[in-house]
Amino acid sequence: MPAQTTDSSARYGLAALRRASWLNLGIVAAAVAGTAGAFAYAGGWIAPHRLSQGRIIDRFEQVNGQHPGFRRNHAKGLCFAGWFDGNGAGERLSKAAVFRAERTPVFGRFALAGGQPYQADMAATVRSMAVNFALTDGEIWRTGMNNIPVFPVRDAAGFYDQLAASKPDPATGKPDPARMAEFLAAHPETGRALTLIKAQPPTTGFADASYNSLNAFRFVAASGASTPVRWSMVADDPLQAAQPANSGSADPNRLFDALESRVERGPVRWHLLVTVGQPGDPTNDATVPWPADRERLDVGVLTVKSVQGEAQGDCRDVNFDPLILPDGIAPSDDPLLSARSAAYSESFTRRSGEPKSPSAVQLSSSQLSSNAEGAPR
Amino acid sequence: MTSPITTSPTLFPAVSRLLHWLMAAMILAMLFIGIGMVTSPDWYHWLLSVHRPLGAAILVLAALRLLNRQLNPPPPLPRDMPFPLRVMAHLSHIVLYGLMLGVPLAGWGALSAGGYPIVLYGSIHLPPILPHSAALYTALHLAHEILALLLFATFLAHLGAALAHALVFRDGVFGSMASLKAAAPPDPASGVGGD
Ligand code: HEM
Ligand code: HEM
Repeated sequence: MPAQTTDSSARYGLAALRRASWLNLGIVAAAVAGTAGAFAYAGGWIAPHRLSQGRIIDRFEQVNGQHPGFRRNHAKGLCFAGWFDGNGAGERLSKAAVFRAERTPVFGRFALAGGQPYQADMAATVRSMAVNFALTDGEIWRTGMNNIPVFPVRDAAGFYDQLAASKPDPATGKPDPARMAEFLAAHPETGRALTLIKAQPPTTGFADASYNSLNAFRFVAASGASTPVRWSMVADDPLQAAQPANSGSADPNRLFDALESRVERGPVRWHLLVTVGQPGDPTNDATVPWPADRERLDVGVLTVKSVQGEAQGDCRDVNFDPLILPDGIAPSDDPLLSARSAAYSESFTRRSGEPKSPSAVQLSSSQLSSNAEGAPR
Repeated sequence: MTSPITTSPTLFPAVSRLLHWLMAAMILAMLFIGIGMVTSPDWYHWLLSVHRPLGAAILVLAALRLLNRQLNPPPPLPRDMPFPLRVMAHLSHIVLYGLMLGVPLAGWGALSAGGYPIVLYGSIHLPPILPHSAALYTALHLAHEILALLLFATFLAHLGAALAHALVFRDGVFGSMASLKAAAPPDPASGVGGD
């Protein structure tokens, strides 16, 4: 009974709502609902089929199973520590401090591709080297490289579909050939890349392998000049002969164990070679090699001094995001780069919050103790 | 229909209005950049490269704004605004300030604990504010996400309330922040505000 409405209830009570026109109430509601809807759309809740990094990492988990605490790809690995001696030649192309003629401390990780942390070492499995350079000016450069000449897919959607096609059939333990054939038919670039990959047989170990950035980047010089590049860590070690098939190499960690004993014998070195792209060389397609006659500039030497198990070394709780770059190295237009950055972040965030199980690769106790001092955490 | 406004509202100080609208645009953009980058791998790197410096700028501006609020207090709310509405207005403003500071701090903390370099532009970095630790990273990353979603929810409530002041209550509160006038003659009969 509104016998006597005070000023306040007239302005703020139900009377205010009754007095307000439907139009005005509608504007308030539409503004709030519209903003919420736009946010939901941007967050992918209205378009759940968009290929987000969450869905990419879900697929790794579907294909490889759940392995809490481990990287969703390149799950089996070993940490290393050492340094990089720049020789100054890279300063022509990039102003990053790492290319000056000075020493940069590094740590990194050797790994086998694949999301199975306990897979047995096999020469045919893609091997990788990831490096963290702590530049003397305080910047950080991280790069992850593989021992294959080109990457099998050119974008995240291709990677996503390839993962599904290569999922082992529970009945046979092998990928379904029909699904693989279907994938290759839809992705002729993958077929071409696989031919190139097969044409370059893998080396026998981690120490005698060379590792390639595969993606293109841009080096930016002090003058502002920008050059398309790819890079490789080229092994100093001579090729080791393959072990005879019956030499008792049932050891599931034989590649990692061989690396450990190689490091015990002395430092292992790689030359960082920068391949200088020419106009027209594809920077947005990691499935395509650049012409073989491109200049390869030797910018310095990486020395691996020691190796550590993942629990003891510096490499486990680190994201080797390929777009952690110092000033002087910039991304190219390769769409894989941003997708890798996004997927690695999702993998890193999930594994960081999970309990850790021991890694498959455990070092002999002598290495463990000698490295406990070498790798302060 | 006659306007129920019986009192002429005072305005927020001009600096406060400038800071308010500048930050409103920045924060809304940041919420969309943040939610967009974690669901669009193709845009992730570009958006994150904008996210870090813009977020750091919001942190600095939020601190300046808190300082400005002490120096240039907001006009009081209308005297006849009911007690529950006043409490809601004050609480939501405290929450907004907390989140404007807390969300970017959590983002900065997450990158610190994750062992990332915190690149603003080129070789310009923020220093880490936490030690490298997977557990801290997990906690801060989650806190950043939850607080950012809370900030969005609070923003929605704030937007709804502001528009209700303008279109339903018509009490001059909206105009006290949305006016383009340099200053208003103070009116001791009524005050408006609460930011
Ligand atoms: C869209 C395509 C790709 C996806 C989705 C993908 C996914 C992943 C993921 C989830 C990880 C684990 C990250 C972590 O938890 O730290 C990883 C590691 C790695 N990836 Fe990729 N990857 C892609 C392309 C590439 C390419 C083109 C290379 C080329 C060299 C590459 C090299 C590596 C290396 C070396 C590691 C191991 C880093 C380490 O040891 O921590 N990846 N990848
Ligand atoms: C007011 C300022 C900020 C707002 C509104 C904001 C908002 C957001 C939002 C909505 C997300 C997505 C959350 C999710 O669903 O995972 C996000 C993620 C993130 N933000 Fe912010 N942010 C702010 C400031 C910052 C700052 C200052 C930094 C760092 C210097 C930062 C770093 C990050 C990082 C690292 C992520 C996660 C990326 C990933 O998971 O891959 N943010 N932010």
